[in-house]
Amino acid sequence: MTTEARDLSEYRQMEESVTLSEESFVEGDRELLTLNIGPHHPATHGVLRLVVTLDGEIIRDVSPVIGYLHTGIEKTAEVKSYWKAIPVIERMDYLAYYFNGMGYCGAVEKLLGIEVPKRAQYLRVIHLELNRIMSHLVWLGTSALDLGAISVWWYCFREREQLLDLFEMSSGQRMHTRYVQIGGVAEEIPRGWEEKVREFLAIMPERADVYGDLLNKNEIFLQRMRGVCPMGAEELRQLGVTGPLLRASGDPWDLRKAMPYSSYEDFEFKIPIGTQGDNYDRYAVRLAEIKESVKIVEQALDGLPEGPYITEDRKVALPPRHELATSMEALIHHFKLVTEGMRVPEGEVYNAIEGPRGEYGVFIRSDGSSKPARVHMRDPSFVNLQATPALVEGHLLADMIATLAVMDPVIGGVDR
Amino acid sequence: MPDAAGLEKLAAAIGPETVLGTVHTDCRSEISVRPEAVVSVLAKLRAAGYGDLRSVHGLDYFPEEPRLCVKYEMLSRELLDRVSVSVRVPVDDPRVPSVTPDWPTANWPEREAFDMFGIVFEGHPDLRRILMPEDYEGHPQRRDFPIGGEPVIFTHNESSVPGWFA
Repeated sequence: MTTEARDLSEYRQMEESVTLSEESFVEGDRELLTLNIGPHHPATHGVLRLVVTLDGEIIRDVSPVIGYLHTGIEKTAEVKSYWKAIPVIERMDYLAYYFNGMGYCGAVEKLLGIEVPKRAQYLRVIHLELNRIMSHLVWLGTSALDLGAISVWWYCFREREQLLDLFEMSSGQRMHTRYVQIGGVAEEIPRGWEEKVREFLAIMPERADVYGDLLNKNEIFLQRMRGVCPMGAEELRQLGVTGPLLRASGDPWDLRKAMPYSSYEDFEFKIPIGTQGDNYDRYAVRLAEIKESVKIVEQALDGLPEGPYITEDRKVALPPRHELATSMEALIHHFKLVTEGMRVPEGEVYNAIEGPRGEYGVFIRSDGSSKPARVHMRDPSFVNLQATPALVEGHLLADMIATLAVMDPVIGGVDR
Repeated sequence: MPDAAGLEKLAAAIGPETVLGTVHTDCRSEISVRPEAVVSVLAKLRAAGYGDLRSVHGLDYFPEEPRLCVKYEMLSRELLDRVSVSVRVPVDDPRVPSVTPDWPTANWPEREAFDMFGIVFEGHPDLRRILMPEDYEGHPQRRDFPIGGEPVIFTHNESSVPGWFA
């Protein structure tokens, strides 16, 4: 009995003395193992494949292999008229559909040179920020799930469900809503929607605190996050990383503040930044962003101006339904828009907005016809994912899973 | 984006021997340069305050010549401004120097432009296909590549589609 107890404590001592991450690696000293993770692996958040070279548990090399979800959306958009391309473009980053639509429609509006009514801009902001909260909730739930904290997932998806119901109420769809239109938004918000949103806004900050309470004092979570895979702002900037990942390193770059679009200059909000640039900061920045988004939506609802929800330029936006029965001109406009679509003047444009993962930039080349000659999405997931090798090399395999989860790549956006 | 005068000033700073032209519209300022000079042009823009490369993407101007084009979307965080650089290369000799050694963010976007348009970035550390399969033939985003050029594979025809089933 006593010997057994002594043996056990000796074993514990030996176990504690092993610190793999600090062991030095001598070339040729031991065998390297190449491990394939994915493309079908729950920890890779979609069909991402990682070829990892391991020395024990330490990652010496990682090469991401992408393209398993390539659907040729940019090519498909070239054979669709401008407004019929919105649904396919929304399906790129499937957690940020309002952002995809907003980036694309904003670009077309710049080419057309049309003014978006103030009310439409506010409605866009409300939906964009609700979408940002939704995306962060999915990220938080799945990331915590990767670290074994399953209960957070249930709570996050409870709130997400509420948001999707709001989207369904305002546009008829839970996902891929096609709510943002060229020149404005698709529909007026229905009666009772504002009250529902306010109900949600009243509980959301409290719920965000609940997630914080669940995770911030969780010893396992803290050990997996604090000080894991840090990176400085300058290196991230060189790699083109944007969004919460960059802000977690203390770089307060946010397009909503720096180069405002869609009336973001009307709202007061803060940009949360981190100090260490480790996984914990990346988590904390996003959690704080949820609360800032709530503030923006509140202000936008309070200040929601009266007026049209879409531009009254009949060459761009469909006429109201009731006009079709009485006005010949409205009928012609409707017919032209539905069959041929709008003609966009020749030119090129790059329009960038701040999404939940960073800069969504849409490049469009118009050749003067009713179909775009080229659509390119600068998707933040695609660019941010390049930083994976630099972030995780020299760290433990388990930390790579945590870091990948915290980076929040959406493979639909990576592969497009 | 810089106004028309600012764009000309920027173009003059880059040097008239490398600049082929400037485009200034309501929504875009673009400098087109000689392909072989693109690395030094981006370095000069970095010195002028445009310190971030946001996007690199290919383009096909079919049927205009030279057909292929690479766009570099630059951002200045100090001036809160954007400017674009464009290089055009013919389709039978589509070589552009890679900017990846100076701008690590260009790595995957250049691979994508190679994959989709067949533009060869000389000096790129790892120029392979990125989105399409490694053994894929053709560059699908060229304008003369047909949409629907790829047969849709079902269980009933998978053995008859060439290159797919054994």
